Amino acid sequence: MFMRLACKSLLNRRGSVVLTVLALTVSLVVLLGVEHIRQQSRDSFGNTVSGVDLIVGARTGSLNLLLYSIFHMGSPTNNISWDSYQHIASGKHVAWAVPIALGDSYRGYRVMGSTPDYFTHFSYGGKRKLQFASGKAFSGVLDVVLGSEVARKLSHKLGDQVVLAHGVASTSFSLHDDKPFTVVGVLAPTGTPVDQTVHVSLRGIEAIHIHWQQGVKMPGNTVSTEQLAKMDLQPENITAFMLGLSSKMATFRVQRQINNYSREPLMAILPGVALSELWQMMATFEHTLRLISACILVSALLGLSAMLLASIREREHEIQLLRVIGAPPMFLFLLIELEALLISFAAIALGTSLLYFVLVVAKDLLASEFGLHISTNIVSESNAYIMLLMVFSTIIAAAIPSLKAYKNARLR
Amino acid sequence: MTIHLQNVSFTYPKAPQKKVLDIQHWSVAPGEQVFIHGPSGGGKSTLLNLLSGILQADRGKVSVLGERLDQMSNRRRDRFRANHIGCVFQQFNLIPYLDAIDNIRLAAHFAATKQASLNHETGELLSALGIAPSDRCKPTAQLSIGQQQRVAIARALINKPQLLIADEPSSSLDQNNRDTFMALLMSLVKEHDITLLFVSHDLSLSYHFGRVEALSDINTPDGAH
Repeated sequence: MFMRLACKSLLNRRGSVVLTVLALTVSLVVLLGVEHIRQQSRDSFGNTVSGVDLIVGARTGSLNLLLYSIFHMGSPTNNISWDSYQHIASGKHVAWAVPIALGDSYRGYRVMGSTPDYFTHFSYGGKRKLQFASGKAFSGVLDVVLGSEVARKLSHKLGDQVVLAHGVASTSFSLHDDKPFTVVGVLAPTGTPVDQTVHVSLRGIEAIHIHWQQGVKMPGNTVSTEQLAKMDLQPENITAFMLGLSSKMATFRVQRQINNYSREPLMAILPGVALSELWQMMATFEHTLRLISACILVSALLGLSAMLLASIREREHEIQLLRVIGAPPMFLFLLIELEALLISFAAIALGTSLLYFVLVVAKDLLASEFGLHISTNIVSESNAYIMLLMVFSTIIAAAIPSLKAYKNARLR
Repeated sequence: MTIHLQNVSFTYPKAPQKKVLDIQHWSVAPGEQVFIHGPSGGGKSTLLNLLSGILQADRGKVSVLGERLDQMSNRRRDRFRANHIGCVFQQFNLIPYLDAIDNIRLAAHFAATKQASLNHETGELLSALGIAPSDRCKPTAQLSIGQQQRVAIARALINKPQLLIADEPSSSLDQNNRDTFMALLMSLVKEHDITLLFVSHDLSLSYHFGRVEALSDINTPDGAH
């Protein structure tokens, strides 16, 4: 009867109740959405690189090095000489080394020059290796392996010809159109920047820059594929390289040696440490977002409280009648609390459904526009805490009108 | 005695200078039907609220059905009221968005009424009061005033009270409905052997009752005993 009374009472005031439920729903969607995207971004970023002990680049900020080498965001400050790379890669604690050369693009997607070892040693998301959806790693000078998103968005398949552009701008007029690449492999989706990367060999990068000076192609010079195959295409510089060490104990020692490398100014970073620096930088932004979301929830809860408080005045006769038929003041207190909780539960049900629907609809957009691979699974510990917090806050917010009803009942 | 008041006085906290009730001695025997009349603002509703335990006397002995209300805890008084006292008012007798059956069940919820036989008893009461089955599931706000007052009687009687308190219950009814209502009420209290305390300013109703008293004869808040 208690529940029936609360439900029918809410239905009787459906206009104000629906508006209150909507206000709470919107605030919950914002709060859960922010938390979900924050968590997913962290997971997404955290999963981008795994099993790499050190990343080495020209001396710059550790975040900058991490962003341009792994996330392909921003620009390197300088290159590293091939000799330095070879010298460090041959160190006794180094198990493997994978060079990275950046600077070109293909229809807005970054081109990364590397060696076939990249496909063997690079891991993401808990040491998962890269998998080929079709084809294989590059072996020829003008072979290219596409990330899954590049292949999907540009509808490329094995055997297609790809013309790279000089520079990283989304629209470039300096095309390497004399040396088109052939798609020999397409990687399986990883949910990392690898999906948006065009992979070529270091030799390929060198090849397309033959007869280029100061970023400009010198006219009248052409090199045939046969000539390319015979040429020594060893690069003079690379952008960065990843290191896997034979012993984790040696990580800091190797890092120190690289940082003190005398032949050129280099910097080695631990990807995990750089990521945590990134989170520290993001923390203020995250806290601000959380604070705004919390303020929206608080205002919605105050609206709930005001609505219930106004209803107490409207229901004076109802309260009087309930007292006459034997309802104790505590019954009235609990009745108002129950009504508030029912509103809150309705908002939670509606809010989670709405968020799920929004994520399903926006999933592709977030992936294509922002590179964020957001899961539609919103069941998480933090979201459960938010919902519990909302229920608890509802109880607190409803305490004012509930106490008012209790007090009114006692005064009669 | 069903009701026994001795040296009872009551003042509302908001107007501590104005004594509303001062009753030296007053009692009602079991099964009596008492009509109390008096002008508006004379303390009739306050007296009924004291007898139903909603208000508590400042001093004096308030005994209802042999139990001292003035010595009971709030919770016990609420339970006592639910179990033993039925109330009907001039208006706001029912929760408007609940149907007749739910209104009656709600009253039973606070009393020790056995839930197993509740449906049967509710049906019987509503039939006896002439509420058609099609009207029983409508929100009571959609019923006529006469129907609402009859549902209110059913609600007041569902817990088989020994004392029925009626505060101007027929004031909002027209002549025909008033006569029907009074006849129905009197027959039901006699049938169930209920003590009735009926308060009204309308003396024309007094002929239904065996005992008629002016509140001013019982209550002397100005000290003129």
